Amino acid sequence: MIDIANAFILLSNFVLIPAVTYGAQLALGALGITLIYAILRFANFAHGDTMAFGTMVAIFLTWGMQALGWSLGGLPVALLSLPFAILATVALVIGTDKLVYKYFREKRVDPVIFVMASVGVMFMMNGLVRIFIGTGDINFADGSRFLIRAREFRDMTGLDEGLALRTAQVITIVVAVAVMAGLFWFLQKTRTGKSMRAFSDNEDLALLSGIKPERVVMVTWIIAGALATIAGVLYGLDKGFRPFTYFQLLLPMFAAAILGGIGQPIGAVVGGFVIAFSEVGLTYAYRRVLDYLGPEAWEPDGLYQLLETEYKFAVSFLLLVIVLLVRPTGIFRGRIV
Amino acid sequence: MSAPTSTHAHAPAAWQNPWLLFGIMAALLLLTGFGQSWILALTILQLCMISAIMTLGVNVQWGYAGLFNAGTMGFVALGGMAAVLAAYPPVPEAWSAGGTGIALSALVIVGIVAGVVIARRQLTGLARLLATLAVLVLGYVLFGQVFGPATDAIEAVNPAQTGFLGGAGVRILLGWALGGVLAAGAAWIIGKIAIGLRSDYLAIATLGIAEIILAVIKNEDWLTRGVKNVTGLPRPVPYEVDLQTDPGFIDLAASWGVEPNFLASVTVKLAFIGLFAIVLVTLVYLAEKALHSPWGRMMRAIRDRPDAAAAMGKDVKRRHLQAFIIGSAICGIAGAMLVTVDGQFTPGSYQPLRFTFLVLVMVVVGGSGNNFGSVLGGFLIWFVWVQSETLGFAIADLASTVLAEESALRAHLNEAAVHLRPVLMGLILVLALRFAPRGLIPER
Repeated sequence: MIDIANAFILLSNFVLIPAVTYGAQLALGALGITLIYAILRFANFAHGDTMAFGTMVAIFLTWGMQALGWSLGGLPVALLSLPFAILATVALVIGTDKLVYKYFREKRVDPVIFVMASVGVMFMMNGLVRIFIGTGDINFADGSRFLIRAREFRDMTGLDEGLALRTAQVITIVVAVAVMAGLFWFLQKTRTGKSMRAFSDNEDLALLSGIKPERVVMVTWIIAGALATIAGVLYGLDKGFRPFTYFQLLLPMFAAAILGGIGQPIGAVVGGFVIAFSEVGLTYAYRRVLDYLGPEAWEPDGLYQLLETEYKFAVSFLLLVIVLLVRPTGIFRGRIV
Repeated sequence: MSAPTSTHAHAPAAWQNPWLLFGIMAALLLLTGFGQSWILALTILQLCMISAIMTLGVNVQWGYAGLFNAGTMGFVALGGMAAVLAAYPPVPEAWSAGGTGIALSALVIVGIVAGVVIARRQLTGLARLLATLAVLVLGYVLFGQVFGPATDAIEAVNPAQTGFLGGAGVRILLGWALGGVLAAGAAWIIGKIAIGLRSDYLAIATLGIAEIILAVIKNEDWLTRGVKNVTGLPRPVPYEVDLQTDPGFIDLAASWGVEPNFLASVTVKLAFIGLFAIVLVTLVYLAEKALHSPWGRMMRAIRDRPDAAAAMGKDVKRRHLQAFIIGSAICGIAGAMLVTVDGQFTPGSYQPLRFTFLVLVMVVVGGSGNNFGSVLGGFLIWFVWVQSETLGFAIADLASTVLAEESALRAHLNEAAVHLRPVLMGLILVLALRFAPRGLIPER
């Protein structure tokens, strides 16, 4: 019995909690991608670097606030800078829309030209972020690092395994749940949200019923910019900020959006968690779990790791491929143009 | 490529004369030679030619067929690996330590594939699913039993020097061909899955395959030595050191009144340039032949009016797959050439911005669908890429004249100058898409 409890704590510590956290971050990113896809109808390659930009602004503001001696007690100051970072990012994405995408929208060019343009935007954002903040690792989480420490947990429960719960993980989950609830309420209940869904389902019909396309597009960018910043800051608080990792998040985020059904917000959320659980679950070495669960005399040799951590991108990719082969519309029947 | 943007009605403007544009490009390189240094100009020219070959490959995909490949980096890296596998001398100790294990592992993989295929052909329903899963699980366990020890044994053989199987020890020029073959094989697999779906999905799938190829190259040390890099690859041209110590060569340099070191460096670079020119000219010739053949017209018809082409009985998916494989093979060849000129294989140097998206900028700026345009784009954008760093440093210098000598901001500016490149490239891409979507030398 104790062994089972120990194994469960071990799994929670290294698989369950990290995967839920990572899944929430991916889901927020994938939501932005899927909304842009639903309304503007292209795969936005600049989304990862938009996240990096938003996080960068939040980091600068955090540093400023820290210099002023501000603090939020146990919580990171980054939470305070987040709203301002969102404003800056929204301004940036609306600016790029006005300067870049609007022209192509009016010309009604093929979606793949939009993708190309987003590659150009990605280049620029990428360069700007590196110019301003450099390429190194930045840890900007302050406040208390842990809510529950492994040792405290062991002392408390008397188990061999400790459960560590980091502040960033709890913040991620709380913020993500709040943001998703807010977003779904907005999409389902408000007039603007409904007009967005109508526009996504049938553009011509939406135009016919008096929905202003430019307004819908603008709201979409505002939401996508906000989601990107939140996802980026949460990821950065959890794992540290490095511009290149944000570019690399593109693949799991796209995979999440497509897996769930591209253009479907609920799909992006489910997809994010599926990708995160598969990635963490397949790259975790189960040796010590088996130690607890296996028969008394059995000493497992080897790590019992299904996939080396370096290959975690292969997980997103494989899931993506399986979905494309088996059910190209994704779990929630997204659109295929 | 959308139909409305690729109307063929516009006559090219006067400045769009290819001779004029290539003349300007040559002048830029000459200016670099006179203004900065000839070694730099020749180094840029070498890389311009390799870039132009990559651009030709991407042009077959994007220009001919309208396929957006966001994984060029992966195919270029595979080409680089091929150069190592062909040219590096074999490591007999490593082969005797783990060769059998690797061969067994390969057998297991063949067995798994065969088992899955048989299961899927012969069985139906639940039995099929269970049999497939059983083969996979059993195969995975068996593979782990033979593969792990084999790679450990190989990587333990003289890890500081080799620690991998080495290559075949044949001429590195054969590696160029092997690069094309490996890249084509990878493209066939990924194309089978992703082609036929909408364009963005191909882009995302290729983005993924590139990351995976790179992850394999970086982590399978027994095969590629991973991030420990492979250096000292044999060259198809003489070494500078040999020339510098050759009495005949020294005499020649003296009779021309130049430094032997300088002459040796120039000779080696020119030899590479000669080799690259052969490949480039051959590929341009073949690409032009293909473009102006019935095949090329069919590809363009499929790109511009896929439904009409399908109605005429053209197999759109199959043709797209063909273009994707050919384009990737060309990128693989370029990758092998790049490793050859560097003399080393450094997996850490493959960056998507540099090897995927930059090549895309080259094609779009040069002229999608036009081979000469692509070559020009490869030359021009590579030149701008290299020289923008010079420009970045100049700007940083200018900005820091007002700053104190050792201010933190000044150091930061110098560091940031490098990152001006992506900003510039993004700007060029967006401006090109908007104001010259058909490129410098448009498709005819």
